[in-house]
Amino acid sequence: MKLPIYLDYQATTPVDPRVLEAMLPYFGAEFGNAASRSHAYGWSAEEAVSNAREKIAKTIGASAKEIVFTSGSTEAINLAMKGVADMYGAKGKHIITSQAEHKAVLDTAKHLEKQGFDVTYLDPDQTGRVSVEAVEAAMREDTILVSLMWANNEVGTLNPIREIGKLCHDRGVLFFTDATQAVGKIPVDVEADNIDLLCISAHKLYGPKGVGCLFVRRRKPRVRLVSQMDGGGHERGMRSGTLNVPGIVGLAEACRLSRESLDSETKHARALRERLEKSICDRLDHVHFNGNREHHLEGCLNLSFPYVEGESLLMGINDIAVSSGSACTSASLEPSHVLRSMKVGDEIAHSSIRFGIGRFTTEEEIDFCADKVVEVVKRLRELSPLYEMVLEGIDLSTVNWTGEH
Amino acid sequence: MSVTENKDGGSVVYLDNAATTPIVAKVRDKMLPWLGADWGNPSSRHSLGVKSRAAIDRARDQVARALAAKPERVIFTSGGTEANNLAVLGAARARKKFGTHLLVGPAEHPAVRDPALALFDEGFQVEVGELGPDGAFDLDAFLSAVRKDTVLVALMLASNEHGAIYPVSKVAAGVRRIAPNAHIHTDAVQALGKLDVDIVELGVDSVSISAHKIHGPKGTGALVLARDLPLRPLVFGGGQEGAIRSGTENVAGIVGFGEAVEMADQTLEGTNAQLSKLKQRLADGLAEIGGMRVLNPGGSNPSLGSIAAVLVSGPPAEVYLHHLEERGVLVSVGSACQAHKNEASPALLALGLSAEEARKVLRFSFSRESTDSEVDRALTVLRELAGELGAL
Repeated sequence: MKLPIYLDYQATTPVDPRVLEAMLPYFGAEFGNAASRSHAYGWSAEEAVSNAREKIAKTIGASAKEIVFTSGSTEAINLAMKGVADMYGAKGKHIITSQAEHKAVLDTAKHLEKQGFDVTYLDPDQTGRVSVEAVEAAMREDTILVSLMWANNEVGTLNPIREIGKLCHDRGVLFFTDATQAVGKIPVDVEADNIDLLCISAHKLYGPKGVGCLFVRRRKPRVRLVSQMDGGGHERGMRSGTLNVPGIVGLAEACRLSRESLDSETKHARALRERLEKSICDRLDHVHFNGNREHHLEGCLNLSFPYVEGESLLMGINDIAVSSGSACTSASLEPSHVLRSMKVGDEIAHSSIRFGIGRFTTEEEIDFCADKVVEVVKRLRELSPLYEMVLEGIDLSTVNWTGEH
Repeated sequence: MSVTENKDGGSVVYLDNAATTPIVAKVRDKMLPWLGADWGNPSSRHSLGVKSRAAIDRARDQVARALAAKPERVIFTSGGTEANNLAVLGAARARKKFGTHLLVGPAEHPAVRDPALALFDEGFQVEVGELGPDGAFDLDAFLSAVRKDTVLVALMLASNEHGAIYPVSKVAAGVRRIAPNAHIHTDAVQALGKLDVDIVELGVDSVSISAHKIHGPKGTGALVLARDLPLRPLVFGGGQEGAIRSGTENVAGIVGFGEAVEMADQTLEGTNAQLSKLKQRLADGLAEIGGMRVLNPGGSNPSLGSIAAVLVSGPPAEVYLHHLEERGVLVSVGSACQAHKNEASPALLALGLSAEEARKVLRFSFSRESTDSEVDRALTVLRELAGELGAL
């Protein structure tokens, strides 16, 4: 068993060797610019891109012409939200999203607020889920866009996408879903799920970093976007720039593999997640599950270990590559904005660990991880006066603290 | 049929290096670990993440060193197009309080020209500089368009269509005297690896570069700033690249880019001499054939050795292109980024060509991997074609 054990599959995933193999020719002899119309190198690159578009479209039930390649999900999210806002801003200025979204959505929404848009940030429930009713209640005459993630990157909770999509379609409001954590993990069908815009990132599904795409619906309704990057008119004018051919080929192969193995991987992840949780919870008390038991990504387990400092825990288990929140906000020591939006309380928000399980995770790794977590949490709690008080039956919420703490 | 062989099984002569270049083995070898065992997200705080972060920092140093910039002023992007968009849109939007006048060069790539023109909708006035009657860049005429309230001047270092080199440092010095609040940007995508791109000597505020034009990977580029300058981000969320460019970094691409930039920088002198020789060889050969010539893209001003715009006679360039391709010589008409447009190139019209002549221009572009024998092979085919197409 190789250390560190990687249990951070929501942050990024290793490139599947089969994906890399598909990419390699395009790092070698097939180096053409897909926009070169005059020779075989260009045609070959263009053909590779067009095959990739088909494969990706098939994975989400779209048509090839509805796929716009980007440098990743963050850019795709920016293009979807700003592209819609710029195109339909004259029709309405209201956008609905949630507090539990990824920073890419929240920061883009904040930017749009500065541009004169009015954004409603829904609170998810305690499990991290946003209800259709909440979206419906927030809808206004001038709502132009609902932007809600499919699977939460920190706690793994799934939103009721199909129902929200239907509501949006009934109301004539565009619906964008950040499906970065969902594609390749759960079945996705943009038709049945009533989605107008959806983003995919390759490096979250065993593809390379630096490539992703945006699905942009072409029929019923035909979604139009104002491009956010001009020059050359690639991607039907929606996104200019020389195409990252090897990356695109890798994204497509990653989609194809995930589609093929969706069932078996779902089972694999579920079994390992249950094993990990049971192994930890059988041996530790006061472990809190963050997320939704019913609507959940199989490969994501977010647990809080109250009365233990999250940072100390992370350092104690440094043989295991996990995260206390999303990688994109991990530079700050602030508690996760997702957990705060779920109103789980400070003790839980400050002591959470996200275990991300994926394609290459083994039982042996899970067992090693569980043992290590149990050992370190026990050790840290032995040093914790708070934990001692809890064991003595003191309800911490009733304690009248004096002085600083 | 593999693309490296033509129908007769002969080898192919690739002279479209301004469109893109093959990745060299040394660059690819540096990239592969980051597509293999070292897959961490650079924002992750565990050891795999820390390792990826360190790799990006090394690449940042490599890029900074080659451009005489500070590492913390290198902003990695998804390529040259994004870098140019970021410079134009980001700088103009950040400086709107100082004025709304923009000036872009006469032959800018669409990645500069298009975002500049798009700013019209945001209340900016966009002016496109003009060339002199002989196609030469006229410094005084260009500077006369600069105003006190000009907030952005963008002039490419070298043209992607005909290789003209523009006097960016002189322009920068002139602009500073007139427009104290202007952000001065240069698109060095084609110049990198062929000219010394020194951000201090150029005197500009930002330089855009791209990896795949210098034997690095597609999907990576950078905007390099001279110092801490105001710039509105194009992509929000996550706060990577000093919050100017969010999104998980393309680690393998960035590592390959760093290596490609370093190699280009180290081989610069030799490359320069070699490219000029190749271009001269082509020009001499064409003179011998007759009826065709390498265009002089601007009076007495210098041009890149890597790009030769060739004016053919007889049928339009498209016809030559097709026949050249059939015989294994791969060149282009205009830039790949305009390949889908059927209009005459503005950059060629700016040289004083008629619309009809502008359709008779082939672009031959070399890299440091190009050889004399490739040029000779191209000349042989051109000689055959000139006869067959009745151009003589």
